[in-house]
Formats: sequence, C-alpha cells, structure tokens
Amino acid sequence: MKIVALCGAGVGTSAILKVTAERALKRLGIDAEVTATDVASVRAVASDAQVILSSSELVEAIGKTNADVIVVDNYFDLDELTQKLEVALG
Amino acid sequence: MPLPPLPDTAIAIGVHADDWRAAVRAAGDALEGSGSTTADYTGRMIVMIEEFGAYIVIAPGLALAHARPGPDVLTEGLSVVTLAEPVSFGHPHNDPVSVVIGLAVTGADEHIHFVAELANVFNDASVIPAVAAATDADGIRSLLGANALAERELLS
Repeated sequence: MKIVALCGAGVGTSAILKVTAERALKRLGIDAEVTATDVASVRAVASDAQVILSSSELVEAIGKTNADVIVVDNYFDLDELTQKLEVALG
Repeated sequence: MPLPPLPDTAIAIGVHADDWRAAVRAAGDALEGSGSTTADYTGRMIVMIEEFGAYIVIAPGLALAHARPGPDVLTEGLSVVTLAEPVSFGHPHNDPVSVVIGLAVTGADEHIHFVAELANVFNDASVIPAVAAATDADGIRSLLGANALAERELLS
C-alpha cells in the first residue's frame, strides 16, 4: 500500500506528516509505504497511491485523483491521524 | 539523530510581529543570525506561503517556516521565534500562531532524521504552549531537547 504525504516544498511539513503517519500505521498494524512529496510532483507520485495526506490548503492543488484525500489539521497529533487513517483504510 | 544546534542567535523570544510576514521574517533573521542561511532564504520562506497558503501552520499555534534546499542554505539549521502577540496566518484550524520554527535543510534526505526528532518533541501537545511561554533560550532548548552547540563542538 502506498500513502503520500504532501506539502508545498516536499521537505518540511510533509516529512513531519510522514513520521506521524508511519507511527499511526504501526499502531494500526498496517504495512504501508509513506512517501513525502511536493505539490509539483504529487500527481505523478500519487498516481498509484491509496491515500494522500494533506493540509486543507493544498487539497485543490492535488486535482483529480483516485486516492482518498485525508485532510490533517494537527500534523503532530498521532490520535487524529490514526483515527482518520483507520476510517480511510478500514 | 539530534536536532541541529540551537544557539542563542537562533532564538528570539517575545518578538512583536505585525503580521505573518514579519513573524516569518523573524524566523529567517534568526536562521541567518546563527549562520545557517543568507537573507535570500527568508524571502523564499515567505514566497512559499504566498504561493501555497498557510499550510505551514501544522499544529495549533505553531508555524513551521521553511523553503526548499538551495544555495542560500549554508548549513542545516533550526530557529525558534516566540511572538509577544499571536498573529494570524490564515489557517482554518490552527491560528493564531505564537511559535514560529524556522527550518533550513541542505537536501531532502538528511533532514528527515531531525524532522523525526521534531515530531517526537511536539507529539506532546503541552510543548507548544510551553515554548510560547518560555522566558529564556535555555528554557526553549530544554523543551526541545536541543543543544546550543553542534555535537562536534561539544566534543572538542
């Protein structure tokens, strides 16, 4: 399974989202690869992804996708991300 | 992997910022002051927000100001700015911001380790308000588990 963490630059906030998402997936016992990416390459990177994690601000930039888009409010909140991933993947 | 060093020059406490641009500029000035970046990087952090919005406000009260790696990043670095009056970045959930962290990385790969450390630190929801309320640089370093000097300097 592939999950994409999106941010504007691909090096700061998406990396934090990747770390929190990996912890949440571990908690859920789900084996998935989490890739951090930026707005410029999200379409290519997310073409085969099940889930895109993003801020509400960047949702429009994703455009059309078959992946579930999860909007994350607090990038450090393991409970929030665990709950949202469970709903999307469960 | 530990956080990059957080010398006094990388910390600004109780900054008065009129708006989000001034707040981000303060974080950029602190990165520049600690020798991590040049002034160009500060401008690029502001452009990121102009271009993509306030998504860098990644938790209630906390903005992670950053831009892509570039020639204006001299060495990876971190800065911490606390605001005397919280400012709005235009984020739907996490405004207003009272702590701005400036982040400068030289490449996409090596920084993931210290970003993981940042995620560890802030996974405790009490840390952001505690940093916002800190009154000295030592207090902030202690909350973040950061050192004033790089490890190689501590060893020498």
